[in-house]
Amino acid sequence: MDFSDTTEEAAFRKDARAWLDANATLRDGSEKVQDAFMANTPEEVTAAQAWQKRKADGGWAGITWPREHGGRGGNEMQQIIWNQEEGRYKVPPNIFVVSAGLVAPTLIAHGTEAQKSDILPTLLSGEGVWCQLFSEPAAGSDLAGIRTRARRDGDDWVINGQKIWTSGAHYSGYGILLVRTDPDVPKHKGLTMFIVKMDAPGIEARRIKQISGHASFNEVFLDDLRIPDSDRLGPLNQGWRVAMTTLTNERYTLAIGRSVGGMRAEELIPLAASVTLNGRPAIEDSQVRAKIAEFASRQRGMEFTSYRIMTALSRDKEPMIEGSIGKLLLGKLRQEMAGFALELTGGAAGIGDRPKDQTGLWRVDYLTAPGNRISGGSDEIQRNIIAERLLGMPPEVRLDKDIAFSQLK
Amino acid sequence: MDFDFSDDQEEIRHAVARLLDGHTSFEKSHEMLDDSAGFDRDLWAAMAEGGWLAVTIPEDYGGAGMGAVELAVLAQEIGRTLAPIPFGAAQYLAIPALVEYGSAAQKSALLPDLASGQKIITVALAEGAGFAPGDIAARVVDGKITGVKSPVADGGQADIALVAARDETGAPGLYVVDLKAKGVTAEPLDAMDPTRPQSRITLSDAPADRLAGVDGAAIDRLIDGAAVQVAFEQLGVAARALDISTEYALERTAFGRPIGGFQALKHRMADMFAKIELARSNAFFGAWALAENDERLPEAAACARLTALDACQFACEEAIQIHGGIGYTWVANPHLFLRRGWHLKAMLGPATIWSERLVKSLNAPETMTEKAG
Repeated sequence: MDFSDTTEEAAFRKDARAWLDANATLRDGSEKVQDAFMANTPEEVTAAQAWQKRKADGGWAGITWPREHGGRGGNEMQQIIWNQEEGRYKVPPNIFVVSAGLVAPTLIAHGTEAQKSDILPTLLSGEGVWCQLFSEPAAGSDLAGIRTRARRDGDDWVINGQKIWTSGAHYSGYGILLVRTDPDVPKHKGLTMFIVKMDAPGIEARRIKQISGHASFNEVFLDDLRIPDSDRLGPLNQGWRVAMTTLTNERYTLAIGRSVGGMRAEELIPLAASVTLNGRPAIEDSQVRAKIAEFASRQRGMEFTSYRIMTALSRDKEPMIEGSIGKLLLGKLRQEMAGFALELTGGAAGIGDRPKDQTGLWRVDYLTAPGNRISGGSDEIQRNIIAERLLGMPPEVRLDKDIAFSQLK
Repeated sequence: MDFDFSDDQEEIRHAVARLLDGHTSFEKSHEMLDDSAGFDRDLWAAMAEGGWLAVTIPEDYGGAGMGAVELAVLAQEIGRTLAPIPFGAAQYLAIPALVEYGSAAQKSALLPDLASGQKIITVALAEGAGFAPGDIAARVVDGKITGVKSPVADGGQADIALVAARDETGAPGLYVVDLKAKGVTAEPLDAMDPTRPQSRITLSDAPADRLAGVDGAAIDRLIDGAAVQVAFEQLGVAARALDISTEYALERTAFGRPIGGFQALKHRMADMFAKIELARSNAFFGAWALAENDERLPEAAACARLTALDACQFACEEAIQIHGGIGYTWVANPHLFLRRGWHLKAMLGPATIWSERLVKSLNAPETMTEKAG
């Protein structure tokens, strides 16, 4: 157990800092809150791609990727260090969370050599921005119930259906698409994964406005979309296994990354000092102090849990469980903490024009947190994963398990 | 960086777990619950023989000279097995205080006997309900101590205590007191966890030998260190409370299937697990900060303590509910965990105290009372 840098890690941190100093500006607290997938304008997308390209050219993209795929060949501890250091600078929103965190490991595990050599370099350089076309209006937590159909036509597949909650579809060049290729077998057994170009004829992405006011995700309509069989990712009807790789990595990514962003518990201190409660500064109230302490202790625990995930990865262990825990605890903490911040402002709760104490940022957090508790597998799904896979509890009753998908009501 | 126990530390864990599993059982815990014999003397002897009472005692004084992280490994196993021995106060507070602040004479006089298990030491800090570190009223005048300390873990069993008291100038310190000496009386208290006996110690001009260099700040730091170790013991308790819950949930059936298949219970157990793992992450940071004497120890210790308190209480309380009616009976096992959990909570004070310590370490402005004081 060592929470400090080794000599090599300290050297890595120094190099990272030197490069960041030369290529970016330190944050100074004046920034707007940044969230993953929050590139709402084409300019933000361009800036994010340019930043990714610059990192790739400098050798700082794909820190843990093998050198054969253009990465740095580094380890998970270096990734932690990089995240810590990059987080101190004003950098564009990270629109590569899906590309690097979800798509890349899926390609590495299931792609053909040609797919890997074609695609992986573009993921690193930021040229290729990817999205994940999984959920549908009628299939979210029960993902294997998707209805989008692919029918074989010569060397092509013809696809019809609808996807939803597709983060970043509006600025992505490519996507990985889960579809049903055989409806006459039970639902998990008739799925296949494909690679799709988002500008192909037959695809239309429409943005969906969230309660936060942002529109970072989309519904995507697939109307006679043609995909060549060479763009299949993994074996025919083995799409569920491929999707599991993506979803497992999504849990780690959401649990460890900067991808969820958000406010720090310490930032409640200046807020509580600036408002009055029972005739004195709220920061002097013991209940307020106890809440701040509780949030800080949970947030530290989250942070160190993410480091434990990295330690497990660095020892080639499967950190699936920690991923689910991180994912489960993050959204709720963010929601409670932001809700408490808004409550502190009393009659001005929710009024976003107090830049000094960042009330507006807390409101953004409060309205973003419900999404954190759903995306990447809802809180309830994470609890099922923990209870079933780690604690050995019986699986959910699945009435449709052995019935052909086409026979389901 | 590395955020887990090392392979060597895992080996220590396996070794001590084997010993503890061989000497502890729910049946034995129940026997002590019904008729407290103070502590399990067979287990104590076995721990001494294995060298497990001397992990952090320097080799010069008959110990193994290992660090805080190795002790944390032990603490977790003590918690998991609900071991009924006078371990915590001695290992988490008294021995670290002696090792760090004792004179050569004090160390020579005490540490070898503590290492061999010949003598038992405890710590007398609290002075009744609502006690917070800093509320010390016991006084030492001319090397004689007077005051009432309550509760004192293992106060009736221990030979020696480190007692917190103020000197003639009002400065707090720690004093070595022979509990068998004239002027010391110990009366047993009705403890929440009878497998961990508590006493009220009354001191009337009893001989007291000061640990030089221990001031209020040193006591605070020792308490921070103890909070980290207790957090590991709490994690051991909580994780085992979860274990007995999952076992029962698989075995007990209702409405035609194991109750562990119902989301209401499944999700509650997932929450128990998540709270335990969150607390473990903080405890790891605490153990590292303690072992390295890092300046962030106050923050790390408070985070470890707060999340361990929450995880342990939640796990122990819900273990009873998951067992249903049988879990509410004296003969069942869940209340053993609840009782031990409360013992560990009482040992260093509740969340209110630790919240304040954490917020202070985050540099929040002081409260009115402090300004006035």
